[in-house]
Amino acid sequence: MNLSILKSDKKNLNSFIAVGSTLIFIGFIDIILSSFFSTNITSFLPDKISYLTPLLFGLFGLYLIRIEFSGNKLLDKVNTNFNSSNFNALLTLLVIFSLIKYIPPLLNWFVFDANFAGNTKEDCTSGGACWVFVKVWLNRFVYGLYPDSEQWRINTAFITLFLLVGGSFFVPARFKKYIIIFLLFIYPIIGLKLISGGDFGLKYVETGAWGGLSLTFIVSAFALILCFPIGTILALGRRSKLPAIRYTSIGFIELWRGVPLITVLFMSAVMFPMFLPDGTYVDKLIRVLIAITLFEAAYMAEVVRGGLQALPKGQYEAAKSLGMGYWKMHFLIILPQALKLVIPGIANTFLALVKDTPLIFVVGLLELAGMVNLAKTNPKWLGMAMEGYVFAGLVFWVICYVMSRYSQNLEKKLKTER
Amino acid sequence: MSKIIELKNVNKWFDKFQALKDINLEVNQQEKIVICGPSGSGKSTLIRCINRLEEHQDGKIIVDGKEISENTKDLEKIRAEVGMVFQQFNLFPHLSILDNCTLAPIWVKKMPKKDAEALAMKNLERVQIADQAKKFPGQLSGGQQQRSALARALCMEPKIMLFDEPTSALDPEMIKEVLDAMVDLAKAGMTMIVVTHEMGFAKEVADNMIFMDEGKIVEKAKTKDFFENPKSDRTKLFLSQIL
Repeated sequence: MNLSILKSDKKNLNSFIAVGSTLIFIGFIDIILSSFFSTNITSFLPDKISYLTPLLFGLFGLYLIRIEFSGNKLLDKVNTNFNSSNFNALLTLLVIFSLIKYIPPLLNWFVFDANFAGNTKEDCTSGGACWVFVKVWLNRFVYGLYPDSEQWRINTAFITLFLLVGGSFFVPARFKKYIIIFLLFIYPIIGLKLISGGDFGLKYVETGAWGGLSLTFIVSAFALILCFPIGTILALGRRSKLPAIRYTSIGFIELWRGVPLITVLFMSAVMFPMFLPDGTYVDKLIRVLIAITLFEAAYMAEVVRGGLQALPKGQYEAAKSLGMGYWKMHFLIILPQALKLVIPGIANTFLALVKDTPLIFVVGLLELAGMVNLAKTNPKWLGMAMEGYVFAGLVFWVICYVMSRYSQNLEKKLKTER
Repeated sequence: MSKIIELKNVNKWFDKFQALKDINLEVNQQEKIVICGPSGSGKSTLIRCINRLEEHQDGKIIVDGKEISENTKDLEKIRAEVGMVFQQFNLFPHLSILDNCTLAPIWVKKMPKKDAEALAMKNLERVQIADQAKKFPGQLSGGQQQRSALARALCMEPKIMLFDEPTSALDPEMIKEVLDAMVDLAKAGMTMIVVTHEMGFAKEVADNMIFMDEGKIVEKAKTKDFFENPKSDRTKLFLSQIL
């Protein structure tokens, strides 16, 4: 042994591995003991140093086993991926240690200490999450204040929708076109009529009673379907050669992009009715839908314009040279390519739209997050905000994750470049 | 033989830069013209004015008896009769080669899909690329792409074909396959205006040669005369550098 004891090399490979892994092991033991059994094996040291000991042990251990081309496959893999430098070693340890420290308490709260049984707040005794709250309120979280006896109408509307969408993937390409047209133009009206009622012997349910997750879906779906074509037309308008069309589009886009959604919603509720002639009444939900649609359409327009500008001039020229006019050129050549280019941006706007829907509370409509908000103020269920919002967050995450995955699949499917 | 293209005193400016100066040109049916000249001399601009991918500001351009102006309705009809092949191919990357060829006949000429496909296959056969019909442009070599672009233009059954440096973006060994396809087309009697630096092709195919410099037609002559005794000094200099 000489001075090079701190410089790892291949000659003493095994002893370095032995010493190194022992040190790392001690570091892990230290962190596990302190986070699960509240015992601190280094309590004789000053507080601050004692807190850092697992990190120091781990770092030194990782330093000792950092031997290039050791011949040991596992060791090489660890070194190249997690331990390529002191800084990377530090990051690796920090990530692993924080996972050890913080995941178990989270799991405890979520599952192991959580309460599932019972019907009242008093049944939640074990200290973890009180999922009883969500269980009891689930019906309201999904259907809002919609009368229980009529909820089959919402169910029917959505199940039919899912069946139609699902079915469109399996029918032959020839009929697909008709199903999509039906889905986009006719079904929304049927669905709305079914849910609102008033005719065909269905009881009328005013939109103020709609709410919960089903309202989230209704608002999102309508805004998504409508904001896309409007945004596309605005994007084309902004690139038009005719000044009247161009400046109208620019003005429209910049106006809506420059205003916060919450003010737009507020105005749609308070100011818009003032412009209507006396006696006419536009439903609150419809006003909100129009407001959200126009707001998101302005964003969509800029996303689509990005795609239009990314296309080479040659595509326009080739289309023109084949005798295509403006609309044929755009619908057959330009838009299919431009929209494909900006699928990530479109998905981004759609996700933002879905997550913006809770803002409709300003006009008194309560979708999922709004219902949670309402439920947590119920005197029998005070103090359940955490459970409610975590639940709402999870539901939103699932919706958005599904949309994000779908957009990624679409990107892959439409990819024709090599 | 009757005139099919006529340019009278055509002038064009890009802002203050004058790209075309007083161009006069007549092209007869089935005539093959090759335009050459240094870069920036206005060759591409000239043929792009013929189907109004560029607008001229002064003078008259008459194609197949119709004057090209701002009258859009006519313009699309004329463009449908004038095929164009670009330097960068400009195939539609989101469509297969077959769809590239059938798209315009179906949507512009309202041809039934079956007929359009038969026509497309015939033209792809003609440029010897029928076996690639189901592939996408991104999967083909440059030469194959340019031949597909030629087939796409031919599917509109144009009366005139314009070529804007069709081989300039190709690897040397792919140039020949494209030129061969163009020679075949010329032999079939198509009216062609070709901007190219391929003087071998010009000697084989062209009836008339045009040499342009600084936006002007410096010399127009029968192909044989053009190469054997060019009149202007500028042409002589250009030919000595290029041949």
